[in-house]
Amino acid sequence: MLAWTIYLSFAGALLQALLPKGRNDLARWLALAFAVAGLALAVAGFVAGMGQGRVIIIDAPWVPTMGIHYLLAADGISRVLVLLTGLAAVAGVLFSWNIELRTNEFFAFFLALIGGVYGVFLSFDLFLLFVFYEIAIVPKYFLIAIWGSTRREYAAMKLALYSFAGSAMVLIGLLAAYATSGSHSTSLIDLAAYAHSGGLPVSFQMWCFPLVFTGFAILAGMWPFHTWAPTGHVAAPTAASMLLAGVVMKLGAYGCLRVGIWLFPHGLDSWGFTLLGFIGSWRDVFALLAVIGIVYGALVALAQTDFKFVIGYSSVSHMGFVLLGLMTLNQIGVTGAVMQMFSHGIIAGLLFAIVGRIVYERTHTRQLDELETMHLAKRLPFAAWAFVVAGMASMGLPGFSGFVAELQVLVGAWTAKPWWTFAAGVGIVVGVAYTWRALQKAFFSDRLPTADEHPKTGWHNLGAITWPEYAGVALLTGVSLFVGLYPRILLDTIEPAVKALLAGGGQ
Amino acid sequence: MNYPGFYPDLFRVTLPETALEVAALLVLVIDLGFLRKAALKVRVAVAALIGIAGCGAALWALQCTARSGLSFDGDVLLAQGGYTQVAQTGILALTILTLLLFIGSAFTRHAGEYVSVVLMAAAGGLIVSSAQDLLVIFIGLELLSLGLYILTAFAKSSGKSAEAAMKYYLFGGMSAAFLLFGFSYLYGISGSTNLNKILLASFYSSASGGAPLLYVALVLIAAGLGFKVAAVPFHLWAPDTYEGAPAPAAAFIASVSKVASFALLISISTAAVHLFDGVHELRFVAFTLGPPPKYLGLWIPWSLILTVLSAASMVVGNLAALAQISVRRLLAYSAIAHAGYILLGLAFFSHSNASANAILYYILTYGLTTIGAFGVVDVVQRATGSDRLDAFLGLHKRNPLLAAVLLVLFLSLAGIPPLVGFWAKFNLFAAVLGVSAGPVAFALVALAVALSAVSLYYYLQVLKRAYVMPAVDETPIKAHPVTMAVLLAIAAAVVVFGCFPALLQNWIAGF
Repeated sequence: MLAWTIYLSFAGALLQALLPKGRNDLARWLALAFAVAGLALAVAGFVAGMGQGRVIIIDAPWVPTMGIHYLLAADGISRVLVLLTGLAAVAGVLFSWNIELRTNEFFAFFLALIGGVYGVFLSFDLFLLFVFYEIAIVPKYFLIAIWGSTRREYAAMKLALYSFAGSAMVLIGLLAAYATSGSHSTSLIDLAAYAHSGGLPVSFQMWCFPLVFTGFAILAGMWPFHTWAPTGHVAAPTAASMLLAGVVMKLGAYGCLRVGIWLFPHGLDSWGFTLLGFIGSWRDVFALLAVIGIVYGALVALAQTDFKFVIGYSSVSHMGFVLLGLMTLNQIGVTGAVMQMFSHGIIAGLLFAIVGRIVYERTHTRQLDELETMHLAKRLPFAAWAFVVAGMASMGLPGFSGFVAELQVLVGAWTAKPWWTFAAGVGIVVGVAYTWRALQKAFFSDRLPTADEHPKTGWHNLGAITWPEYAGVALLTGVSLFVGLYPRILLDTIEPAVKALLAGGGQ
Repeated sequence: MNYPGFYPDLFRVTLPETALEVAALLVLVIDLGFLRKAALKVRVAVAALIGIAGCGAALWALQCTARSGLSFDGDVLLAQGGYTQVAQTGILALTILTLLLFIGSAFTRHAGEYVSVVLMAAAGGLIVSSAQDLLVIFIGLELLSLGLYILTAFAKSSGKSAEAAMKYYLFGGMSAAFLLFGFSYLYGISGSTNLNKILLASFYSSASGGAPLLYVALVLIAAGLGFKVAAVPFHLWAPDTYEGAPAPAAAFIASVSKVASFALLISISTAAVHLFDGVHELRFVAFTLGPPPKYLGLWIPWSLILTVLSAASMVVGNLAALAQISVRRLLAYSAIAHAGYILLGLAFFSHSNASANAILYYILTYGLTTIGAFGVVDVVQRATGSDRLDAFLGLHKRNPLLAAVLLVLFLSLAGIPPLVGFWAKFNLFAAVLGVSAGPVAFALVALAVALSAVSLYYYLQVLKRAYVMPAVDETPIKAHPVTMAVLLAIAAAVVVFGCFPALLQNWIAGF
């Protein structure tokens, strides 16, 4: 059933590409229909999968000479992320309702991207996963380069090259693992079992793990390879930045977990010596980078003048929590990381939608200084209150999904190495500060324009909020609140899968 | 000497080549004899159709002939079956595609002559890919090359075409001289022109200290064959030829001639590797001669030379392509880069069929894709008068189907899954690592993968103009219906073979 999310999305993309020009309304409704159908399948799959372990959906030989299988399966982690993809797709279509330029092509690329993302989350074959992972790169380029804003061609090319460089690293690592294992199966399940039974030499894992992990982590926005993320997010059209932050960065984090950690269990072992007194393994290295990402992303977000850059850097900071959670390697920390993937996917989507669609499309500026003079809280109260809610969720206030996720990551980190928690805690405090600052400046300031500022930019009619915007905001805030109040619904699904994964795979 | 049965055998084995030659003569007779007064369109169509029929007959003959090959005095002259048959089938199929492109691209009044030369060159390609004897190799190569020089010059009113042909011819003549020089050394060392005998002789010669001369011979041969496949540093002709030659001819050079040349390289590498199977003789030499030699046979120097060519081609091809503004030159440098990847597969060659199959998969799919790419460039160039990057501006509005074909083909060349170019690279690199997982092989594969990430940049430069940047001129571009049908078929094949990679793999492995 879940496999149909992939096929439906690609079929939708093909249909959109073949649609005659000028039928924009038809294209929108079709896209919404395909996205909703995908979400419905994802929800059905999630509900049906409750209490179940890993379920093989289809297993057919694909490239028999190399042992590659078309192997789709779903465990708890997959099901949660597929659900996230479905939600992000529906919200993305809703917030791109106003796209008039080459509408059908936009939705064709959009649905192709979504199809690739579903594919990654459901693949349990090493190379099938890689194929879907690469399929997701190309549509991103065109979505940003054609429909984007600020320096879109630069940002799109940068993103494409970063992604492709990352996937080249991954491919090298995967080929090496394939050649070294000498096995005739590329199923992740078989390979993981092989690796956990000591099949792959520890020395090999020690150099192959960082290669693969870094390759994936580039797409997860790991510091210092994060620079594609803010420029890409800012340049992208709203729906694309929602997808980028919402699901594409999760592809990277998911790859780190599913391929990196699962397949190279000894890659994180101690080196046997320490650098600078506290770095004694790849685990310390990546945890350090994650913590730097958390704090650095937050601090840079605090200094931005462009509203969308604030959200862009906040994504880097929040994705740092995911990577930190992965590096704890304990049940609670990794569960928190998966939870954070879901939570950040929803919240970042919401933030980008408010900034990019609801505010920018009406004010035509994202400069906080100019927004200050527009008194948006009075003129766009819905946007202001939606941002208050989204901001609270983003800060990690109890009652929202972010709280559960970050708390678990911090507890996991404390169990692993207490200083990680302190450092990450700094990031949370700064997170409150930049969200507060953006909220204050963009919506609740009552500064009047000075003489040399042109008030005309701000005082034209802002236009009423349309129904797709209400629907999108309601969907995303509803989900974040629901998961925040009743986290068990996801945790019950995630926990057994994480447990099995950390133990080496067999369920 | 009298060898009864040799001539019947010769005729039987070379039936496909004969079919092509007969078709070539038939085209001339019909075009010059009966269609003098017919419209150009009709003449082009008739000539191309006869050519296609000839290729079809050759394909049929290829299926029918026994797989024993042609021997003379116990030495194999022409091999059959196995990778030879795959390459020959590929050559004929790709020739059919280039002939179909010619229908929509009538750049010359001399339709009969053009098709006739294409068929003769293809016959040369067939010989090259089955030859196992130095003399036969050389004859095949010359038959192929002479055809290519003429094809390059075929746009008689274009100065660029003439210049390109001149450069190609001068470089080609030089490299043929190198090749012959190398062959003469090999003959001097071994006293035979048969590949297997040469390799056996080289084995003893290297064991007894005659190695430096072998190196010289191999370097000279690598220079000659490196020219054919446009490997750095023998690549200088490629950008000019690709730019100046008429598009169907350029497509022929980029695909058919590459398939034939790589089939020849497979023959040489197969023979060179094969010798290591003779473990008994190795022991024999080791016990009977004095101090142990540094290496035995041809394999180690040959592999070393190919490795150097491969690394240089990958780096230079990919980096130079970044700076191109002419799409044809860009395709030329990308062809150099692709040749570099394939040479890597030849440098780390396996005893089993794995390497040969991976290389054939690569070169056949690359040939298919590049014919399509030249087809698209030709249509655009006819409409805009230029093959500059800017000629592609707004292609998605001017001809959406053509732009979609371009998207598929270029992404395949960049190696994006699930298109066939990805599997080609993947098979090849997996085959290399299957032969040797040592640091050198691994570093070279890493280099190749990293450079194919670089290659995405220049392919995207073209796609960016086709899809992203605003159009200057929005008048629709019309393509000849036959051309469009061929291009769509190629794009569809690239997608289908990409989604079901086992189809082509099984077909290749089936021979």
